[in-house]
Amino acid sequence: MHLTREEERILQGEFGEGTQKAMELLVAIGDAYNAEKMIPISRAHAASSGQEGDLYFVELLANGGARCKVPTSTNPVYDIEYFDELFEIPKDEADVARRVMEAYKRVGAILSWSCIPYMAENIPFYGETVAFSESSATPYVNSVIGARTNREAAQSALAAGVISKTPEYGLHFKENRKGTHLISVEASLKDEFDYTLLGYCVGKQIGYGIPVLTGISKRPSTEDLINFCAMSNVSGAISMFHISGFTVEASTVEEAFQGDVSKDRITVSEHELKQAYDELQTTSGKIDFVMLGCPHYTLRQLEETARLLNGKKIHDGVSFWVCTSATTKVLAERNGYVSTIEKAGGHVVVDTCIDEPCWIAYKRKVGMTDSPKCAYYRRFKEARVERLRDCVEAAVKGR
Amino acid sequence: MTMMNSEIKLKCHKIIGGYGEGEALVSNEPVCFYLTEPKTGIVREKNHELAGKSLAGKVLVFPSGKASSVVQIDGLFKLAQNNVAPKALIVKDVETVLVVSAFIVKVPLVDKLEKDPFEVVHTGDFVKVDAEKGIVTVTRSSL
Repeated sequence: MHLTREEERILQGEFGEGTQKAMELLVAIGDAYNAEKMIPISRAHAASSGQEGDLYFVELLANGGARCKVPTSTNPVYDIEYFDELFEIPKDEADVARRVMEAYKRVGAILSWSCIPYMAENIPFYGETVAFSESSATPYVNSVIGARTNREAAQSALAAGVISKTPEYGLHFKENRKGTHLISVEASLKDEFDYTLLGYCVGKQIGYGIPVLTGISKRPSTEDLINFCAMSNVSGAISMFHISGFTVEASTVEEAFQGDVSKDRITVSEHELKQAYDELQTTSGKIDFVMLGCPHYTLRQLEETARLLNGKKIHDGVSFWVCTSATTKVLAERNGYVSTIEKAGGHVVVDTCIDEPCWIAYKRKVGMTDSPKCAYYRRFKEARVERLRDCVEAAVKGR
Repeated sequence: MTMMNSEIKLKCHKIIGGYGEGEALVSNEPVCFYLTEPKTGIVREKNHELAGKSLAGKVLVFPSGKASSVVQIDGLFKLAQNNVAPKALIVKDVETVLVVSAFIVKVPLVDKLEKDPFEVVHTGDFVKVDAEKGIVTVTRSSL
């Protein structure tokens, strides 16, 4: 890979050890993909995880004096004091999380602790080159917004944020953004849970690639698209997709394939959605808790949760959690949704995710969620995956 | 009977630099470092061709990594902390997550051997990976 004089100097350590390490990683990635050069990025999202590999790298950069040069948001970790009071977090786990959060602050990241930063804290625009990790955020910014990012790891995204560059490869090039599989959707998609099942089906069917969805006649909502992104990356690795007629690089099927339309067609009908639904259930038994907000709930989903819980009481034997971002919670409080959910006995919790060690108390419990991604992490023993309104009903009835 | 050693030198492409040597362990299936026993390096993924075998100290030859970035990186990191990570990685299809994983634990990572590594390298061969020089040396002892 060709490096400019300035890039060489960073690599030699002239600007400190932190930026040197960041550059070393980017150069290695460039070498892996035979990139010819580095290109500027204007924002990044680091899928911080509060785990040890994450800690090692962010401390390496922070201790070496590196600072993010472009807006670089962060994924959920957890509020240590809040969860320690509830569940008693083991000291070594809490120390890792504390050090991770502190190091991201020192490196100058946006402490969003959100998995949907493109909704508020760090929004790319069409055509912008960015470095977004988080398997659900990568396809969203590529497909829905039309920004350009490769599938990044937390560390490569952070390194790109620090250097404000990334090696040029993969989805940066228009020709690599064309569809690879044609998916004919013959199911009627009524709500975002149907998009959850659709995403799960498509990821499972093609594994890896750029699916082009046809047959969808109603404009997908923000939540439909968020769920499709998240769930297609539970069962597969989908960094980009097109919905003919709706997503930005797919006004037609021909455009989505850049003229080279796939001859093969995979059909997803009600039958496949039902099959996916059945496959996701690991139990039909009594639930101990409901966990919503994977990915983080939007304001609209908090409104719906509040509406469904209004005037009701969650059963004594069930804990009810909704995960969202700190910014969304502020608005939800203002609109009265949080108080309605809390009056019913639920909790709206920010900055965290089911995949964090803070949920230690649920390890041997049975959970209900509207998210296969939430169930997939196996932070709890058994899972039932249902629509939001069925989750609320089960929480109220206690079964 | 005399022991014959056959030695082959192959050019390769450096991704993460450094030097590592050890016994070869060849996997035709993608490898997830998270699905190993962190204290021993033993693969505990059911139905994997390496199930029950240890990655510790080996030169791992494999087609690609798999699984989410968080688990893959954390998996290799834990092996390295317990000193049971592979000594070098020879891969066919490399992607970002694997580069980050190898970078963090400072294990040499190479690809594009001048001959197909799955034909040239066999489990049990002794392999030296000099990523800096871009040379892989494979030694097979036969009676």
